[in-house]
Amino acid sequence: MNAPATLTYREALKLAIRAAIERDPRVFLMGEDVARYGGCYAVTKGLAAELGEERIRDTPLSESAFVGAGIGAALAGMRPIVEIMTVNFSLLALDQIVNTAATLPHMSGGQFAVPIVIRMATGAGRQLAAQHSHSLEGWYAHVPGLRVLAPATIEDARYMLAAALADPNPVLIFEHVMLYNANGELDPAVTAVDIEKAKIRRAGRDVTLVTYGGSLPKTLAAAETLAAEGIEAEVLDLRVLRPLDWDTLAASVARTHRCVVVDEGWKTGSLAAEISAGLVERVFFELDQPIARVCSAEVPIPYAAHMEQAALPQPEAIVAAARALVRPA
Amino acid sequence: MHEFRLPSLGADMESARVVEWLVAPGDTVKAGDLVAVLETDKGAIDIEIFEDAVIEALVAPLDVELPVGAVLATLRGGDDGAAATPSAMPPSATPAAPVAAAAPTPAAPPPQAPPALVPRAGTTTAPGADGFVRASPLARKQAAARAVDLATLAGSGPGGAVLAADVDGARAAATATPRPRGFDAASMRRAIGAAMSRSKREIPHYYLSQAVDLGLALTWLAEYNASVDVAKRLLPAVLLARAAARALAAHPAFNGHYVDEAFVPAAEINLGWAIALRGGGLIAPALRRADQGSLDELMAALRDLVKRARGGGLRGSELTAASVTVTSLGDRGADLVWPVIHPPQVAMIGFGGIATRPWVVDEGIAARPVVNVSLAADHRVSDGHAGSLLLEAIAAALAAPRDL
Repeated sequence: MNAPATLTYREALKLAIRAAIERDPRVFLMGEDVARYGGCYAVTKGLAAELGEERIRDTPLSESAFVGAGIGAALAGMRPIVEIMTVNFSLLALDQIVNTAATLPHMSGGQFAVPIVIRMATGAGRQLAAQHSHSLEGWYAHVPGLRVLAPATIEDARYMLAAALADPNPVLIFEHVMLYNANGELDPAVTAVDIEKAKIRRAGRDVTLVTYGGSLPKTLAAAETLAAEGIEAEVLDLRVLRPLDWDTLAASVARTHRCVVVDEGWKTGSLAAEISAGLVERVFFELDQPIARVCSAEVPIPYAAHMEQAALPQPEAIVAAARALVRPA
Repeated sequence: MHEFRLPSLGADMESARVVEWLVAPGDTVKAGDLVAVLETDKGAIDIEIFEDAVIEALVAPLDVELPVGAVLATLRGGDDGAAATPSAMPPSATPAAPVAAAAPTPAAPPPQAPPALVPRAGTTTAPGADGFVRASPLARKQAAARAVDLATLAGSGPGGAVLAADVDGARAAATATPRPRGFDAASMRRAIGAAMSRSKREIPHYYLSQAVDLGLALTWLAEYNASVDVAKRLLPAVLLARAAARALAAHPAFNGHYVDEAFVPAAEINLGWAIALRGGGLIAPALRRADQGSLDELMAALRDLVKRARGGGLRGSELTAASVTVTSLGDRGADLVWPVIHPPQVAMIGFGGIATRPWVVDEGIAARPVVNVSLAADHRVSDGHAGSLLLEAIAAALAAPRDL
């Protein structure tokens, strides 16, 4: 593999897909417009010509049907990667994902494994309006039987797929739409990542900023601003939304004693709510301030650019929330 | 190796007892760290060290009366090789008096505790009717570990909640031998008597006073207070302190110490703030750099100082840092106070009670809030003309409250 020195998140995903298909004859990718068109976010552009339409397969426009077909292929011994255009459309396959993929291993007493990987885009910021912009990964993180990943870095985009395919149970990978064009370097010394642990992306002693996916760059920017004010924020990238890495979360908050959760989902009933509650259960006596949350406004994501931006978590709001905890007026 | 000696916390202090060590042999200390608690005439005082060093040995026995200058501990590093002078005084401290008979301690007519200075509800954590104290979980854990009663702490968090930093600021109340942090009224009275006798014996006082219309200042204050949280409200005393500090900045002949037959101006304006103690004591710890920073910060510093003066936890440097003293009699005080200078300082400023008086405004008579500002100053250093200008400057500062 000739990984270029710097590459985009999109290119890292493509490298991962190509490597997986080349390495294992059981692996194939299917979804809407993934072959001839190259994928709605161009992740698989050119792969069909390179690897053949047996391995990169266009499907009819029916999420329920092709996710169900993927589950069947997994039950029959294949290692399918199913691409759904966005999490918004995955609702059409909710029955297959929640009632079938997540439950069969349990309901069959372990006789059937469902080693499927389902990739989908999530999040807002590209003016695609309410039916294409929501962040519903938190819903899937609610469901036992699923592993839910949110690669936020080039490295995770490159290597999470292999770990997901190696998992005998269904794994969902959420790719934030604003990350596809992000640039970064791959450390040639790293050839695999775990899909178990959260990661501290920036160390700090004053407050833990918990985030994942598309909110990671915004949270790191906020940490820079806070550093200029003398507030050292620790940035924790969840990476794995289910099961959550409580050890890393609890250890960080036990060090900083303050926590802001940044989540592009809506606040009510959110992943941010789960993290907040889970931390209170685990490290209540380490907290010096209430846990704060910066989430999306509780509206369908607007189309108009200024309104869309106003509805999303932004660095200014993260800075304000952290500052209020560290320097209570 | 060198020695850390019992510092003089004022010219009237001759001895003290170490009642608790806050360090152990082998500890590394930095300038400003607290090292011991002394029982003095002024009650229990936390003393700091003013160099970086390692504690070699604790020499002074606990609960034994020791003279000023007695060796308390031996140190390594820091000033090794330097002159064997006691190094327990901060640079801005009162210059050491020539003999161990100098004298600090508050000033004159023991002012009534300015009632307005009592921290208000909302800034302390006085438990509610149900006994619940607002405190963060971490503050609770730390307070429990250190046997600190949360209800005795002032909270800096939302709604006055106690945060971990507030517990850090408090010292474990219950150590090996629980000990009241009060003061002995009789011995404090003797110390005040010694200092004031020396003042009247040695300092040629002159006195001036001026009535000042506080109408503008109090109107501004009312508007300001209406615009902020209850917990952030300012008291009139803060305006008086800031006005005095600003005037002193422009008239440095009143800010400093008289040492060895000469006036030594102070580099900072550290207002000794006279605080009446319950039970009849008086103490005047320093509000450091009272001319600097926001009024909010000065208010917070004043609240903190009053709380610790009454509840324990004053630092030695706070008793030696004052470059001038201010007394404010508060709402229910007498009209006018004639201060007695606190040697070796050279001036003291007094604010009488604020009262509504007839005042001539534009050829007519109006009811205005008026305060009598008084000055006692050392004639060896300044004259009445200079004193008048100082009072005029205080009046001018109070007439422009927005600039305070």
